[in-house]
Amino acid sequence: MDFQLSDEQKLLADSLEGWLRKQYAFEDWRKLVRSELGYSQANWQTFAEMGWLGVALPEDHGGLGGGPVETMVIAERFGAALVAEPYFSSIVLGGGLVAIAGDQAQQAEILPKLAEGRIKLAFAFAEHGSRFALNEVATKATKTGAGYAISGKKIVVWDAPGADLLIVLARTAGGSGDENGLGLFLVDNKAAGVTRRDYRTVDARRAADISFENASAIALGDAEAAFPHVMAVVDKAIAYLAAEAVGAMQVLHETTLAYVKTRKQFGRAIGDFQVIQHRMVDMMIHLESARSLALLATLKADAPAPERAKAAAAAKVQIGKSGRWVGQQAVQLHGGMGMTDELNVGHYMKRLMMIDTAFGHADYHQRRFAALANAEAA
Amino acid sequence: MNLELSDADRAFQAEVRDFVRSSLPPELAERNRRHMHLAKQDYVTWHRLLNKRGWGAPNWPKEFGGTDWNPVQRYIFDEECAIADAPPLVPFGISMVGPVIYTFGTPAQKAHYLPRILSMEDWWCQGYSEPGSGSDLASLRTRAESDGDDYIVTGHKIWTTQAHFADMMFCLVRTDAQAKPQEGISFLLIDMKTPGITVRPIISIDEGHGVNEVFLDGVRVPKANRIGQEGKGWTYAKFLLGNERTTIAEVSTSKQRLRRLKTIARAEMAQGASLLEDPAFRDKVAAVEIELLALEYTNLRVLAAETAGKGVGPEASMLKIRGSEIQQTITELVCEALGYYAAPFEHAPEGSNLAPLGPDYAQGRMESFLYNRATTIYGGSNEIQRNIIAKMVLGL
Ligand SMILES: Cc1cc2nc3c(=O)[nH]c(=O)nc-3n(C[C@H](O)[C@H](O)[C@H](O)COP(=O)(O)OP(=O)(O)OC[C@H]3O[C@@H](n4cnc5c(N)ncnc54)[C@H](O)[C@@H]3O)c2cc1C
Ligand SMILES: Cc1cc2nc3c(=O)[nH]c(=O)nc-3n(C[C@H](O)[C@H](O)[C@H](O)COP(=O)(O)OP(=O)(O)OC[C@H]3O[C@@H](n4cnc5c(N)ncnc54)[C@H](O)[C@@H]3O)c2cc1C
Repeated sequence: MDFQLSDEQKLLADSLEGWLRKQYAFEDWRKLVRSELGYSQANWQTFAEMGWLGVALPEDHGGLGGGPVETMVIAERFGAALVAEPYFSSIVLGGGLVAIAGDQAQQAEILPKLAEGRIKLAFAFAEHGSRFALNEVATKATKTGAGYAISGKKIVVWDAPGADLLIVLARTAGGSGDENGLGLFLVDNKAAGVTRRDYRTVDARRAADISFENASAIALGDAEAAFPHVMAVVDKAIAYLAAEAVGAMQVLHETTLAYVKTRKQFGRAIGDFQVIQHRMVDMMIHLESARSLALLATLKADAPAPERAKAAAAAKVQIGKSGRWVGQQAVQLHGGMGMTDELNVGHYMKRLMMIDTAFGHADYHQRRFAALANAEAA
Repeated sequence: MNLELSDADRAFQAEVRDFVRSSLPPELAERNRRHMHLAKQDYVTWHRLLNKRGWGAPNWPKEFGGTDWNPVQRYIFDEECAIADAPPLVPFGISMVGPVIYTFGTPAQKAHYLPRILSMEDWWCQGYSEPGSGSDLASLRTRAESDGDDYIVTGHKIWTTQAHFADMMFCLVRTDAQAKPQEGISFLLIDMKTPGITVRPIISIDEGHGVNEVFLDGVRVPKANRIGQEGKGWTYAKFLLGNERTTIAEVSTSKQRLRRLKTIARAEMAQGASLLEDPAFRDKVAAVEIELLALEYTNLRVLAAETAGKGVGPEASMLKIRGSEIQQTITELVCEALGYYAAPFEHAPEGSNLAPLGPDYAQGRMESFLYNRATTIYGGSNEIQRNIIAKMVLGL
């Protein structure tokens, strides 16, 4: 066992931290998220030049061939800085899906452009009525001469407004809950039949509800057997989110600790009160438990499906609970200040809440974990 | 002992229900359902409708224009208003400063201010907290210097809710810098239009504007606007906070939110069934419903003791603690019920014809959750409330 980063991974961490410290202070973030796009295209190009976009993409296609640990290193730093650029949607989800489900030609076409920052992807999977179940898909893909036609409605598609290509989860066969008969489809974001309603989300990011009416599409790999690929990528994405949450919680813990040491009431630092001390200790325990399971999900990200899924589910439960608790306590211990839009604390709390919602709350994954653990025992 | 409503209570309930049903403008109830912060006029409209009916100050004695209602009647009234989604009553006048004025004020103060509170000619705000004095309120530094018949007030108040709507502020100031902290404080009624007052907005995490900073720079306040004795302000301030703690339990509001939570969970689908049938979610809803039931009956017991003449004791802090925690649990569960539709955070501009994002019941729910994070902070934080119980009730 070894929980140390390699020398290259440490270099990656250093370069991220150095750049973020200089270019991505809270005030920079605030300006970015208030812009129309919600992030900076120039930053995105920098991410490409620094090799961050390609670090975990396959070497054959313009990537550096890194793995889940490299992704975790990025996620944690991005979480600490609240990075709004669509790394998660475009690289972790989009790149992940192309790399696992796409045929050779599709990979060769898309992945190098992704690594160079020339195109961006968004993953349209959620539907109102299916809640978090990825197999409950009503959106249909019908075979046409050249490819497929997509019809249906997807909701809260993260980072869709700035994406070039959408990857749409749609059904070619079977009934609503079937795991067979699901495909992934590439749709041009500007294609006829694609109607987007763009909006800002509570964590200051961008998303859209999208209706598809016979939008023309091509299948990303096998049009009927995409479900296992989706689950594999979502579990990796959960590992990413877990590390992002750890980065965010770390900042909240440090910020709050510094605050309770300096804020004085009743003639002494509020950190002198035992209630506050114990609260800070519990925040630390939450943070460290989350860090442990983020690591587990990362290190199991390429393991066989049940093992990978169990680790991802465990991590999702822990970051869901810990993220909410740490976020809320950070606000509480800052008193009125914690309630202000001006302070960074509330923004981390909101991001952590959205991380808990992504792919299902703690409850949802607790049930998933129980099912996997019981299957193992049987 | 008896939990049943009497025939008279039932008749009263019908009377309130009829009135609310026929008087509350539907668009006002609709706005209240959708938004965390209403326009000033919305609160005023509802208050004036109530006042016309003689219910402008449900908690006041009749001699000052109140209702003389007993706790059961007040409870029924709160319930009926909440069920109808009526805007909340603005507490600063009727719940906070009003009782201070009719308990400790001069005849002139009573004659002038109480009718204006009832008619809402004056909107009040609470100028207690300062940047350096939140939990430790008694350390406040805003100072009032004597100048003949006036005080000259200089200082900085913060977190002043709805100061931007206010005509008047009840304000704690230091009139004696030498005395022990609690003994140098006086309670002043300040006209917000007096020269030297600047109100600056603070935007909160729900992106709304409810709180403000209030800067006072050489503000001239007649001594006739002081409540009671100089240096006794702390007594009046604590009397007021005690009242605040009982109203802050928000039982009826929580019950209405719980009903809404169930409506949402019934409409949201999870794996082929409604979310309310999902065992994990259903259990969480039941758990908070039980907590709320316990709060409801604790609240009724405290109110009954209050009527029996025992006054509001430090036990009221319990109501504040549980009331705020339950509000937070419910508003958080509502966001959880919405699933992905908790995320969109944009308001269609007033009068725009854009369809709302997601289901109609999702509107305003995240704002409500976010703003309710403050319920464990304001009115004396929950940590402070626990300290009060430990010290005053348990003798620790
Ligand atoms: C099953 C068992 C096995 C044990 N085995 C051993 C053993 O093998 N060898 C040995 O030497 N001892 C042993 N102990 C003793 C154990 O270490 C003591 O019980 C323990 O240190 C607490 O001391 P106490 O019982 O005197 O309680 P107290 O110290 O009186 O504490 C009472 C309560 O007050 C709390 N408290 C005390 N001080 C503070 C503070 N400053 N802040 C906040 N809370 C505080 C405590 O957490 C506790 O809840 C054992 C005890 C048990 C129950
Ligand atoms: C939305 C909102 C509306 C408000 N409206 C008004 C208003 O209209 N008028 C007004 O005057 N004020 C208002 N307040 C202010 C409110 O009363 C204060 O925020 C509150 O008293 C806490 O003070 P503080 O913000 O300075 O936090 P601090 O007192 O600095 O507290 C910071 C943290 O330390 C904890 N803490 C402090 N002392 C202790 C202790 N001894 N033991 C344990 N823990 C402790 C607190 O509980 C809190 O978690 C409002 C606040 C908010 C957020």
